[in-house]
Amino acid sequence: MSPLIEVTKKDVVSETWEEPFYLNMGPQHPSTHGVLRIVLHLEGETIVDCDPIVGYLHRGVEKLGENLNYNQAIILSDRLDYIASVANNTAFALAFEKIFNLKVPRRAQLLRTIVCEMARICNHLLWLATHALDIGAMTVFLYCFRDREWLLNVFEKICGARLTHSYVRVGGVRLDFTSEIIDELYKFTEEFPNRILDYETLIDVNRIWLKRTKGIAVVSAEEAINLGLTGPCLRGSGVPYDVRKFRPYDAYEEVSFIVPTGKNGDTYDRYRVRMEELRQANSIIRQCLDKLPETEGQPVVADNAPDLLIPEKRKSAVALPHPKKGYFFKAKEEDVVPPGEAFASIESPKGELAVYVVSDGSNKPWRLRIRTPSFVHISAIPDLTRGHLIADLVAIIGTLDVVLGDSDR
Amino acid sequence: MEWSSWYSIIFNFILMVIACLVVAGIGLLHVAYLTYAERKIIARMQQRLGPNRVGPRGLLQPFADMIKLLGKEDLTPSGVDKPIFWTAPLISLVCAGTGLALIPLWSKFVLSNINVGLLFILALSALSSYGVILSGWGSNSRYAFLGGLRASAQVISYEIAMSLSLLSVVLMAGSLNLQDIVKAQLNTPYKIYIIPQIVAFVVFIISAIAECNRTPFDLPECENELVAGYFVEYAAMKFSIFYLAEYFGMIVMSALAVTCFLGGWAGPFEIPYVPFFWFLVKLYLLLFFYIWVRATLPRYRYDQLMGLGWKVLIPVALANLFVTAVFKLIL
Repeated sequence: MSPLIEVTKKDVVSETWEEPFYLNMGPQHPSTHGVLRIVLHLEGETIVDCDPIVGYLHRGVEKLGENLNYNQAIILSDRLDYIASVANNTAFALAFEKIFNLKVPRRAQLLRTIVCEMARICNHLLWLATHALDIGAMTVFLYCFRDREWLLNVFEKICGARLTHSYVRVGGVRLDFTSEIIDELYKFTEEFPNRILDYETLIDVNRIWLKRTKGIAVVSAEEAINLGLTGPCLRGSGVPYDVRKFRPYDAYEEVSFIVPTGKNGDTYDRYRVRMEELRQANSIIRQCLDKLPETEGQPVVADNAPDLLIPEKRKSAVALPHPKKGYFFKAKEEDVVPPGEAFASIESPKGELAVYVVSDGSNKPWRLRIRTPSFVHISAIPDLTRGHLIADLVAIIGTLDVVLGDSDR
Repeated sequence: MEWSSWYSIIFNFILMVIACLVVAGIGLLHVAYLTYAERKIIARMQQRLGPNRVGPRGLLQPFADMIKLLGKEDLTPSGVDKPIFWTAPLISLVCAGTGLALIPLWSKFVLSNINVGLLFILALSALSSYGVILSGWGSNSRYAFLGGLRASAQVISYEIAMSLSLLSVVLMAGSLNLQDIVKAQLNTPYKIYIIPQIVAFVVFIISAIAECNRTPFDLPECENELVAGYFVEYAAMKFSIFYLAEYFGMIVMSALAVTCFLGGWAGPFEIPYVPFFWFLVKLYLLLFFYIWVRATLPRYRYDQLMGLGWKVLIPVALANLFVTAVFKLIL
């Protein structure tokens, strides 16, 4: 056993000194949701301190994005939070549209809202599945996967992909919905509230579930803001902050929904908030579907949206008077994209996802910066776990809803 | 001694060995198909198919699993305490499996009809915690160590509740012999002890689940925190021995519950030529209950588990024992 810390001789000699018990959890561990590594300092089963280590899934998405043009960079966003990839697509597209000064057609906005909320349902179902599995309820896991499968099949019909959609593009969306998809979604929204009741009967009032989640990892509203938590984790503490309400994007202004909040800020409240969000997402999809016939036949991409292959520089001929007779023409290089900077943030299922992009006029972003919720949430783990047991650590990782692709980028 | 008595001793000995082998074989077969039943039943509850590739409806799956486990490389990690590492699974298996010898399958068949049968089974299940503790200690892994610590605390505290609940049965029957306990039950008006002793039965079932390390008390091998708990370093056959021990433990505990609370082999009417029919029906019902619980409930936390054991089950079992004793005194 190699010691993790340097033990000075003086410490060993003194009678009161005990060797601390360290436990290395991950990066290969079934319940750290990917490749999160946590070094725990234990006393018995109580966690004295812990140190989350990230970066095992780093792919350099930001830097890669700076070497691809705007339309190509959207494909990278799928790989961030691969559970709700259209939400990431939307964040990228919103930022890029600000650079391009594009106006997205209304039908495209509605379609984006629908797929974003579908992604939210997918994400929350997967979260519930793994959270319940971490706490030991195995059946919820498969029930959730059954319904997620349904939505993934719809996604497959929409854009051909089940996980990495790249459905949203700069200036709109890639494809229009067919009537088959709309029928399927109506069927889903009709059925889904009953399915939510199914999960709730399984765990909502289960005594063991209550014991494992009530009073675990309590975060007050002030603490939550200081830790930088966003999304359901923040709303669980009673702060009704939701980007969809504060800085509405796409069609969120048109639809009515409530932002559920918790009271105590414990794991159970965050669970309740997410379950309520499932219902709200379902109703948002329904409202958008009802509005779709109004926009029948409208385009789904803005007219002046850039082509997939954006040229590096646009060249135009400039006529200069020839010194002897006539003119000679000279190629003048023009910017394809207006230079400037743009910031867009959306309410991704995990929290606030923000994209900041700087354009220097070429076809590639000069700088691309992504603020992902998972990274911030992982940094909150030590504060939440101190004094809890190992079993709670697993529940806390679950309740923060981290995805390592999102965190490491 | 005369030749004829020697013959009878040898004859009895051979008969005994054959009977032992038969019971062990049937036990192993039950273990194999219990794993299959568990996978199928849980799959049914979770809307999946379960094993369905090997043989018709996946019926040969247990054998395929066994062949796979036998064919695997038997790894012994460096740094383990080898003698302890090797004996721990055997202790678990022997302690879990031996209990079968004491269970009366029907009125004329029990391998070893000793007068302290119940005590012997309790002693065995207490000993089986050594397998867990030693494997946790000998593996030289922190996960296994934590799992072993949890297991020892859990098994010891639930052992007490279980013994107390069984003691009230012993008080009512007036014997520790399992055969006599069943016969005493048949003389009561309801024919089974579960009706006066429902509290003891509930306590016994809960502690039996904890004793076998099953969900919701499967903390020692808690997959989500400790990866696999005390047997995280074991592979191939040694791993499967732990697995066998767990399922043997389930069968023995259910058989004990059938014997002590549900009237053993007796049933509402007799099935000709199959004297153990009712015993098996009751046994399978209890095993189904174990599986059902596993598919339904989340897992307790370590401190909550100990709290349940010491603050709820042991006082309840003690009170029940006291009430039983008072009734016994009055009647």
